[in-house]
Amino acid sequence: MLRTRSLFFAYNEHTKFQFPDIELVESDHLLVLGESGIGKTTLLHLMAGLLKPTSGTITIMDTSILELSSAELDRFRGKCIGLIFQRPHFISALNLYENLAMVQYLAGKKQNKKRIQEVLDSLGILHKKNEKPHRLSQGEQQRAAIALAVINSPKFILADEPTSSLDNQNCARVASLLKEQASGTGSKLIIITHDQRLKDQFQNTLTL
Amino acid sequence: MVSRPFSTILSVLLLTLGVGMIALLLNVNNHIQEQIQNNVRGIDMVVGAKGSPMQLILSAVYHIDAPTGNIDLDEAERLQKNPWVSYGIPLSYGDSYQGYRIVGTDHQYPELYNAKIAEGRLWKKTLEVVVGSKVAKKLNLSLGDTFSGTHGLNTEGDTHEEHSYLVVGILEYSNSVIDQLIITSTESVWEVHHHEDHEELAEEEDHKHDGEDKNHEHEEDHESEQQHEHEEHREVTALLVKVRNPIGMIQLPRMINEDTNMQAAVPVYEINRLFGLMGVGLDTLSTIALVIMIVSGLSVFISLYNALKDRQYEMALMRSYGATRWQLVWLVLQEGLLITFSGFISGIILSRIGLWLLSDLMETNYHYTLSEWSFRSDEAWLLVIALFIGVMASLIPAIRVFKLNISKTLADA
Repeated sequence: MLRTRSLFFAYNEHTKFQFPDIELVESDHLLVLGESGIGKTTLLHLMAGLLKPTSGTITIMDTSILELSSAELDRFRGKCIGLIFQRPHFISALNLYENLAMVQYLAGKKQNKKRIQEVLDSLGILHKKNEKPHRLSQGEQQRAAIALAVINSPKFILADEPTSSLDNQNCARVASLLKEQASGTGSKLIIITHDQRLKDQFQNTLTL
Repeated sequence: MVSRPFSTILSVLLLTLGVGMIALLLNVNNHIQEQIQNNVRGIDMVVGAKGSPMQLILSAVYHIDAPTGNIDLDEAERLQKNPWVSYGIPLSYGDSYQGYRIVGTDHQYPELYNAKIAEGRLWKKTLEVVVGSKVAKKLNLSLGDTFSGTHGLNTEGDTHEEHSYLVVGILEYSNSVIDQLIITSTESVWEVHHHEDHEELAEEEDHKHDGEDKNHEHEEDHESEQQHEHEEHREVTALLVKVRNPIGMIQLPRMINEDTNMQAAVPVYEINRLFGLMGVGLDTLSTIALVIMIVSGLSVFISLYNALKDRQYEMALMRSYGATRWQLVWLVLQEGLLITFSGFISGIILSRIGLWLLSDLMETNYHYTLSEWSFRSDEAWLLVIALFIGVMASLIPAIRVFKLNISKTLADA
């Protein structure tokens, strides 16, 4: 389903990364562990098609994403990949519900009110749907960010350090929420983090 | 846009001012030109008493200035027989009713402006009048109404109470000066004024009679002499002349100005002179308006550019959720266009309000109206220019959005 081969990326002469091959075939979620500055975020951006590697190939669902045009790649990403960033970010002019509707629209899907209600409900933030994102508490923002990633039921959910700023209790809660949401939509999770606490939660791990 | 109300309001406001000023200038200029063209057609030359030629034109053609004086009817009639003259229309004015001028003339005058009778008929006898459409509407005059004229052009003058005019006709709207006039025969004007002269003379005579009871034989002579005098003193205020050929156009004014007591003024020449004077002002104002529009474009640009800096992350976020580059470029363009379009709309509204106020002012001062709420074709050009400014102002931000480095933006945030 997802395969990378001899990925290499160079920002400049001094900052360059060589990544090990990743293969995810109908198996479980994947946890990628690595220390800061080792290129974790770069790898995530490469897999999401936000960056183009200097060399190497990435194949997702039998599609070689490096061969797609810019617009095709944007569409592909919208449909197949849900992204969760280190710090949650939203479109600040829109409320939570509108943010989700916008993400549906951008992926080229029809607005599906039921799906939005469902996702918000399962994350326990349905009552906040008319709030502006920046009015939410940090925990609520975290959950809202997960909502954005799963709303379109993507094949893959790529999460960049989703737990690094959380205490132990919340860390475990977010991890189980992620797994719960992923299994709800049949998505595969790929979590890239330096957070060793997540190690126990996932069998399939890769250390950079 | 909503989250940055002040810079957006500033942009819209500047554009409103720019568009409003230009639209107002276009409208006023066009209306004035139209009115001037409409009123001057068929008139090659105006002959009147010596004085300022501009004043003669303004008073005789446009009826917005005081007359220069009177000319002798005999002289005017002699001129009408001149082979170079195609026709000459005598005008006698100086009286008014409620601020609307009463003009004594002949039937050629309404014909000159293609003014058709809407109700009633043209005058046949003295003291019968035909009123222009605007006069009829403003003063609520209808057929059969009577009124007395006032001496002079303002409402405070003496009224000629002994003579009342009878409305026998109302003209159709012709979009020319005749709409704001009350027209009657030249004889009516004479009758009103002569009677007054006569009364004054009669009073004087009464005094004479006291002393000169004995000179009975002389009286009849005296009276006939007086009547003769009246005949001789018949005057008109101006003569609108259509010249037969170009040579007459050159020769006639020279002849009139050198050989007679009258002056000939050429409307086209005087109007061009007037426009020359006015043009400087109009040019200055349009330049200012254009500069305001350019500044507004700059303001839209700065506003969009700053907004983009704040929202770069949101743009990258939208890209990562599947938005294409062109979608985002369109988003930025839309914002620029929305700002400029709303500026354009409020500018047009502003210009109409300005036009309405100006029209009101003109109406009370000169009885000319400007008001026209229709959309002009040159305003469509203004819209094109405004939208062009919007596109230009959003161009650089749009290019930035197009070239946005999603990965870096997301990582830096």
